[in-house]
Amino acid sequence: MTEQSPDPRAAEPLCGDDPCSDALGRLYNYLDQTLTDDVRTQIRGHLDDCGSCLDAFDFEAELRIVVARKCQDSVPESLRERIARELGIE
Amino acid sequence: MADQATFAEQAMPLMDSLYSGALRMTRNPADAEDLVQETYLKAYRAFDSFEDGTNLKAWLYRILTNTYINTYRKKQRRPQETDFEDVEDLYLYRRLGGGELASRSRSAEDVLMDGFTEFEVKEALESLPENFRMPVLMADVENFSYKEIADILDVPIGTVMSRLHRGRKALQKALYEFARDRRLLPESQS
Repeated sequence: MTEQSPDPRAAEPLCGDDPCSDALGRLYNYLDQTLTDDVRTQIRGHLDDCGSCLDAFDFEAELRIVVARKCQDSVPESLRERIARELGIE
Repeated sequence: MADQATFAEQAMPLMDSLYSGALRMTRNPADAEDLVQETYLKAYRAFDSFEDGTNLKAWLYRILTNTYINTYRKKQRRPQETDFEDVEDLYLYRRLGGGELASRSRSAEDVLMDGFTEFEVKEALESLPENFRMPVLMADVENFSYKEIADILDVPIGTVMSRLHRGRKALQKALYEFARDRRLLPESQS
């Protein structure tokens, strides 16, 4: 992270008493990379030990890839040409 | 300060992405085409105010979003946010069988990639109320940062985060409805 994280819990260490629910509760923050490197490493460490959390993280990461990939459309060639013409771009 | 030849070179290749976003916003190809055209004309005229070194796609998206809100949204009836219930975390994962997915010899990737058509994923995203659809589109399809989304939508970053969170869960619920209809569910739950 190069700039200040917008995440108010960015540097809050992973809860030792209930790491699963804390890790799952911050799954989006992890995938969105709003956590400090220290906290990321702690969560990564938890995922190495906990198969059920790892499955959930993998699923969410995969879902995001699938959503992005399946929401791509190509602009109609006629529109691209119309815009280029209007802008005087050949 | 950027010149007009640079616009042709850098902005024109981003048109697929702007058009995809316009389709998700308007949910109508004819409106999406008009919206993209208007966005490019405005962007071309305003290109002097684009700051070199910042994200051009985010800058174009801001123009796209403002144009949409000011012009096209008025024509459309939107889903009411009051009907929008909250959804628990890991909604889709749990309903598709959770950890059993892995032991079912099909990876999450297979289930998700093969399980949902493009039409279904687009429909699911477009079914979200706009306040939630826009941040999800911008974060998960276009890969904008929270900060960029906050700038595009002109809302605080905290608002972006909470809407993203709710929007993503609602997207999962919408996807689940398709999965249920298409009997993608594990045997034990169907």
